[in-house]
This record gives sequence, C-alpha cells and structure tokens, in this order.
Amino acid sequence: MSDNATYQHRLRRRHMASRIFAGICLLSTWFGLFVLVVLLTGLTLKATGIWDPTGPDTQLETRNWLTMTFLTEHMSRKPEQSGMIAGVWGSLWLMLMTGFFSIPIGVGAAVYLEEYSKPNRFTRFIRLNIANLAGVPSIVFGILGLTVFSRMFGLFADGAVRGIPLGIGVLYIPLPFGKTLLSGSLTLSLLILPIVIIASQEALRSVPQSIRHAALALGATKWQTIWHQVLPASLPGIMTGVILALSRAIGETAPLIVIGAATYIRFNPGGMERVTDYFTTPQTLLSVPSSQFTAMPLQIYEWVSHQPNPEFKNVAAAAIVVLLAILLLMNGLAVYIRHHFSKRLDW
Amino acid sequence: MNNSRHSLSAKTNFRRVWETIVFSALWFCAVVSILTTGAIIFVLVTESIIGFGDNLAFFQKVSVWNFLTDLEWSPQYGEGKFGILPLFVGTLWVTGIAALIGLPIGLASAIYLSEYATPTTRSIVKPVLEILAGIPTVVYGYFALIFITPLLIKPFGAMLGIDVNTFNALSGGIVVGIMIIPMVTSLSEDVLRAVPRGLREAGYALGSTRLDVSVKIVLPAALSGILASFLLAISRALGETMAVTIAVGIQPQITMNPFQTMCTMTANIVSMASGDSSTGSIEYRSIYAVALSLFLITLALNILSQFILNRYREVYH
Repeated sequence: MSDNATYQHRLRRRHMASRIFAGICLLSTWFGLFVLVVLLTGLTLKATGIWDPTGPDTQLETRNWLTMTFLTEHMSRKPEQSGMIAGVWGSLWLMLMTGFFSIPIGVGAAVYLEEYSKPNRFTRFIRLNIANLAGVPSIVFGILGLTVFSRMFGLFADGAVRGIPLGIGVLYIPLPFGKTLLSGSLTLSLLILPIVIIASQEALRSVPQSIRHAALALGATKWQTIWHQVLPASLPGIMTGVILALSRAIGETAPLIVIGAATYIRFNPGGMERVTDYFTTPQTLLSVPSSQFTAMPLQIYEWVSHQPNPEFKNVAAAAIVVLLAILLLMNGLAVYIRHHFSKRLDW
Repeated sequence: MNNSRHSLSAKTNFRRVWETIVFSALWFCAVVSILTTGAIIFVLVTESIIGFGDNLAFFQKVSVWNFLTDLEWSPQYGEGKFGILPLFVGTLWVTGIAALIGLPIGLASAIYLSEYATPTTRSIVKPVLEILAGIPTVVYGYFALIFITPLLIKPFGAMLGIDVNTFNALSGGIVVGIMIIPMVTSLSEDVLRAVPRGLREAGYALGSTRLDVSVKIVLPAALSGILASFLLAISRALGETMAVTIAVGIQPQITMNPFQTMCTMTANIVSMASGDSSTGSIEYRSIYAVALSLFLITLALNILSQFILNRYREVYH
C-alpha cells in the first residue's frame, strides 16, 4: 500500500470517528428534551385518563382526574372526591411569605457585597460562605428549620403565644413557631437566600459603572445612587432571579416534611375557604402566618407514597400537572422579563 | 440666608446618618448568610455531639465507633441499632448510578453546545435544560416509581431473570442522574466556552478533526472546571431527597443488588422526621447524626471543588 493510500485511509477513519463523536454529543443534548417530553406527556395522559402508559388496570374505571372540582375541593380518603385547594393556597402563601423574608435580605446582601464591601478577608469569607450554603442539601435546611423555628430548641415548652396588635387586628405568633406557615416560609427563605443573593449580584454587576459615576458626580450620596439608579436598572435581572428562586421554593418538599408540615389537611391557611373571605373578614388574614398548612408537593408525596389505593397515583399525576403548569408559567414569566427588559436597556 | 444654610446642613447631617443606617442594615443582610451557616453547624453539633445539661446528644449515647461500623440500622427494635453503613450503601448506590448517567451525558451535551451547536440550537436547548432543572424532585420520584420501574426496569430485570422490587435503587439512580444533567451541562459549558478560540484554531491549523480539538485541546484546557462541576453534581446527588424517598424506599439494608429496595441517608431523615418518635428520644436524635454526616460529606465535596477551581484553573490572557 502506498503512503498516500494509508494516509487517505487514516484520514477517513479520523473523520468517521469525529462524526460518531459529534453524533453522541448530539444525542446526549437531545436526551434532556426527550426526557422532558416523555415526562410531560406521560403525566398528562395519566392525569386526564386518556391513556395509562403503565398499562390499564381493569379494576379501575378510566376517568379524567384533572377537573375543576379537583382544584376546588379538599383532600379526601376517596380518590374521586380528592382535591388540592389547601395545597394551592398553602403554596401561594408560602411563596408570598418566603418572598417577603428572602427578597429584602437577599437583595440587601447583594448590594452590600457588590457596592459597599471592600476586598478584604471578611468579604471573601462571606462570598465563600454563600457559595457553600448554596450547596448544602435542602434537607439539612429542613433540620435547621425544625430545630430553630419549629421547636426553638425546646425553649418554650408551654407553647406561649405572643400577640402583636396591628391596625386591623392582633397578629398572634405562637412560640415556638410550630408546624406553621411562619416556620415553613422562614426555612424556605434561608434555603433560597444564596440563589437570590447570587442572582442579584449578577444583576447589579451588569449595571455599567458610568451610571454610578454620573450620579455620584451630580452630588448624590452612595445610597441615593444605588436606590435611584443602580437598583432600578438592575431590577429586571433581580426579578428574574427572584422568580426562579421562588419557583424553586414552591417545588421543595423535603424541608417542609422535616419541619412537620401536614401532608393531609382539610382547611386552607387561616381557614379562608372562599376568595371572598379575604375581603369580608380581612382580620383573619393575621391568623394565616400561625396557621398549619400543606403545600402542593406535600400533597403529591402523600398521594403517591402514603395512600394504598392505586387510584391515588392518578390523583397525584393530576396534582403534578397543576404544579408543573404553575412552575412553567413562572419560568415563562422570568424568561419574558429577562428578554423584554434586556432589549430595552441597552447600554 | 443664614436660615437656609442651616436647613441645608441639617439635611446633610440627616443624609449622613441615613447613609450609616442603610450601610448597617445592608451589612446585617450580608451577615445573615454567615449566621445561617453558624446556626446549621450549631444545631447539628449540639444535637449530635455535645448536648446541654441533661439533654444528652446522640453520640453521648451511641458511640461513634458503633455508628460507623454497625451493619444494621434499626432504631425501633429493642435497644436500637444505629449503624450508618446501610444508609451509606444506599446513598452510594444511588449516587454512583446517577453519576454514571448524569456526568457523561451532561459533559457530552456541554461539548456539543460549546463546540458544535448553532446559536439557534443553543437557544432551544438552554431553556429546555432550565425547565428540566426546575422540575421539583417529588415529580422525578413519581416518574421513577410510576414510569421507569414498571416500564423499563421490570422488563429489564425479567430479561436477566432478576426479581425487581417496586422500590429499587436503580430507578432512583436513573432519575437523580437525569436531575444532575442540567447542572453538569451548564457548569461545564461555561468553562469550555472560556477556552480561547486561538487554541482551537491552532489545532485545526495542524490538521486536527473536531474530535481531536474537542478531546485533546479543549477538554484538557477546561479540565479543572469540569472536575469541579462533576464534584458539585455528585454533592447534589448525595443530598437529593424526595426522588429517592419515593423511588428507592425507606428500608435500610446492605445489598449489592440495585434491583432491591434500600434507604439513603436523606430518605432516612425524612422517614424518621415524619414518623412518630418523640422529640427527646434517641431515634429522633439520630436524624441529626445522619444529617451531620451528610453535611460534612457535601461540604467536603463543595470545598474540594472550589479548591480545584482556584488551584488548577488555567488563566488565559
């Protein structure tokens, strides 16, 4: 064989290997999309009773589980009467309160780190600490919440209650916080704090220095510069990060189970059974933080793991479809904000 | 005239005070993260190593040696046995399977995205990965138990002639592997893209194929970052809770058969915390000892990954 033929042969082999490698990488990339499609269609088919991918169970009647009553009813021992309203309200309140605690602290910490901190040991320590905190398993946060918020180290054995008078009524805070929305949202706040801080830092970093210099040159103080110029300019980025962090929070299950949140419950937070209750008796809003609660992922866990009747697996599928729809909406909102404002704010 | 100057200086004074107040508030916000870490360590240590007063901690009742070497975890029966090894074996199985699936697929798709993909492909794949990363773990658990076990693993086991348990480590490992793909892909892609174009072009100029450039030039140049992303993904898999609680089960046992039910450290915490053991009891305390072990392992992995990033990062100008 001549040298040239050997060379041609080898070249073909090398190109072939290169193409095979590219094919493997391409397949791996689409694997994620494939899983997502299988997961979403499989769940939707099972929830709507169109087709059960796991094979039809002849003892069960085929029905659509994803109905309006499923959204408006409470949980039940009977699968066909089960609903997830308590979890929907619970998750909504959990998200609101988690945002209430974590947004100011997270954005504040990011502002401190990006705008005020000096490059010294202390700052490096905080940054390292935040990076490590982001890697702590969520269940460890659950144990933190259980001990610090839910039980408060067993310091208040008698179950003391503190009342804080507010305009429309008295805000009762039980001590320890117990298995309440307050414990749950504080725990989730600490859990998503690193995500909020890191996202806000990135948003603040993307604001050009010239904006700060211009404001400072006009005689604004440091905080005026941040409050009136830097924060508004970085708001889209911060909002995107916050929405993604909150969508992570409403999908969390393990920490809530560990702090003792109910998986089976038949009332909404604060006993607000109708939307109109929020207007007719606004003073009961104050009992929401000290109310026991459940959340959508907790209900899913209850239905899939603790109910022996196999029909509850279909109920769980319906609840998952609702939860995923809400999460996709939030994701879409975040993407929209990022896209919409990144076009408008072109430095 | 004098009056207005007075009010101006009063305003300036107020501003100065306000600036200080704001600064202190922001400083406190930043310190909250340190307080959180401190609180985690305090809680885990006081409940498992040094108790206060007559509140004996876990390791004051069960020796560390027994905890690490006992081959059985059965807190409810008799004296109670607290050997973490069965839980550790369960965790290792799930993490190992997850790593076998998630790391290569994640890395391959990172290579595709950084070396091959057109901007259009990237703009489709990136959001898909974000959505995959945002799916709650309880959903993955359901997917493993209801879809993967009966549709994939049971037929596979039947083919091999092996009994497959409804709860098995394999299904849990597979979904945890899927869960870590987005993380590996996005972290690795960032470091691959940071490798300067010049290195690739030098490779092509020497007659390299795309495979040569990707595997012999870009990968070695980004190796530290890829290793760091692998370690972070493994630490994430170790701490994964709901998917494994639902799919792998809560039965601690040392077994070499991934078609069997097991119990991971995280699933054990969930089952103990949602069980009805009373707060002061030793079973209840045991969750802190398990959590402390988990915390130490994941912390070590995270710190190692940061160390690799800082120590071995190739800096290009």
